[in-house]
Amino acid sequence: MDIFIQQIINGLVLGSIYALVALGYTMVYGIMGLINFAHGEVVMIGAMVALMVIKLLVNSGLPVFIIILIALAAAVAVCMAVGYSIERIAYRPLRRAPKLAPLITAIGVSIILQNLAMLVWGRNYHAFPPILPTSEHDIFGATITSLQVAIVLIAALMMTGLIILIHRTRLGRAMRATSENPPIAQLMGVNINQIISFTFVIGSALAAVAGLMVSANYSIAHYYMGFMLGLKAFTAAVLGGIGNIAGAVLGGILLGLIESLGAGYIGDLTGGFLGSHYQDIFAFFVLIGVLIFRPSGLIGEKVSERA
Amino acid sequence: MSSVLLDARAIAKHFGGVKALHDVSLSINQGEIYGLIGPNGAGKTTFFNVLTGLYHPDGGELIFAGEKLPASAPHKVAKRGIARTFQNIRLFANMSAMENVMVGCHVRTHAGVFGAVVHDRRTTAEEVAIRRRAEELLHYVNIADRADDLARHLSYGDQRRLEIARALATDPKLLALDEPAAGMNGTETEALRELIEGIRKDGITVLLIEHDVKLVMGLCDRVAVLDYGEKICEDVPAVVQKDPKVIEAYLGGSLA
Repeated sequence: MDIFIQQIINGLVLGSIYALVALGYTMVYGIMGLINFAHGEVVMIGAMVALMVIKLLVNSGLPVFIIILIALAAAVAVCMAVGYSIERIAYRPLRRAPKLAPLITAIGVSIILQNLAMLVWGRNYHAFPPILPTSEHDIFGATITSLQVAIVLIAALMMTGLIILIHRTRLGRAMRATSENPPIAQLMGVNINQIISFTFVIGSALAAVAGLMVSANYSIAHYYMGFMLGLKAFTAAVLGGIGNIAGAVLGGILLGLIESLGAGYIGDLTGGFLGSHYQDIFAFFVLIGVLIFRPSGLIGEKVSERA
Repeated sequence: MSSVLLDARAIAKHFGGVKALHDVSLSINQGEIYGLIGPNGAGKTTFFNVLTGLYHPDGGELIFAGEKLPASAPHKVAKRGIARTFQNIRLFANMSAMENVMVGCHVRTHAGVFGAVVHDRRTTAEEVAIRRRAEELLHYVNIADRADDLARHLSYGDQRRLEIARALATDPKLLALDEPAAGMNGTETEALRELIEGIRKDGITVLLIEHDVKLVMGLCDRVAVLDYGEKICEDVPAVVQKDPKVIEAYLGGSLA
């Protein structure tokens, strides 16, 4: 029973991070029908930038909270710039091209960013400086760290903020209108280039936060970390129904739980044949399952006809 | 008697070898209801698409309120004061009726990224004003009771009305209606006529594509007739109705 509760907690933490990243995939897909495979790399860049800033400031004598805040601000700023540039340089020229062209481009951008990161930060794993409080709390016989609590709370806060932005503001309405029908949105005076840029920038900001969370949670960052994380978050977005904001949140959390519980019990289930390091297979079983049985995702709708 | 609001000069548009519009010139006066009629495929909707920046014209220019309209920039055309509806209704189907109209207010409002994230006082005030304006417009077209329903759940007639409300929300000088009476019964058409007359009374110039000849002839101050992408006639309804070229276009060459 302890293991069960513990894995639920771990799953929620992991799922919150997946959800933040999945939102980036789903927003871009919703607005322009593109799977931005470079999104995982934006998360990696966020993690790396935050880590570098923390390493720089770790001996500065500033309070931990302030250091984290500065690192976060730097990561968010860099990622926003990266996200904006990716759209501007790689995708905008292909706006009217067949769907396959931007998709391949996305994979190309992903590879370029990985290699740039390798040149800048090297091929080594970077350890997260042990500056965070490690206090643990007991719930139902399982433990949860302050960091984990913070991850879940911050993720929830950001997702709520995003949903308010999309459903309660002029900008959000313009985003939804663009996602339903770009030419008609333009006739209402919506500048869709601006909206698309904004979508990338917001998604990248969420990715930056997720990057810091991942590196803090696993105490490590690496130029290659965005690849698997990106695929998982993409899976989460597809699971919830890609293009659907609530779906990304639901898919992210579900996937986190599935992975976490799977990793916790896979040893028992296979009689010790497979260990918990096989946890990655669950995400891809889920992806295959969804694509076969419910391609539109859990709460996705059929892709509507575009004018 | 009145000044020219829209001056279309030799507008041309072709698709491959098909000349959808061949040097079409027409001018619409401030405050009039101007009808654009013609057989199917005559180029009426193509003209609308060029006018609102959805198509790039292959020739000619549009002068609106004394200034040249930018080509293929729908959001700038909207800003200059041209709004339209569609023959096949194009609402934001998964947004509520109210939200559809609120999107229409986009062009005249300003809150940007800062406002969306920070919710400062000016943004909040603007949001309230947008909501109030949208409510007014839903009342104006008589669908206020459906405000919170998704656009796709509205009846056909209500969807047409909602599209007009959304177009009016952009605060246009010129409202272009593409077959607004299509699929409507007699009562609905009559209500539509009153609505259009009311819109004109509010100082908005109306450009109307319509197949319902009775509606066009009863409502319009002047009518232009397109046939195979060319303007074959432009005059007051009484004259247009008797023009032999128009009769030929509609009924075929047998009467000539």
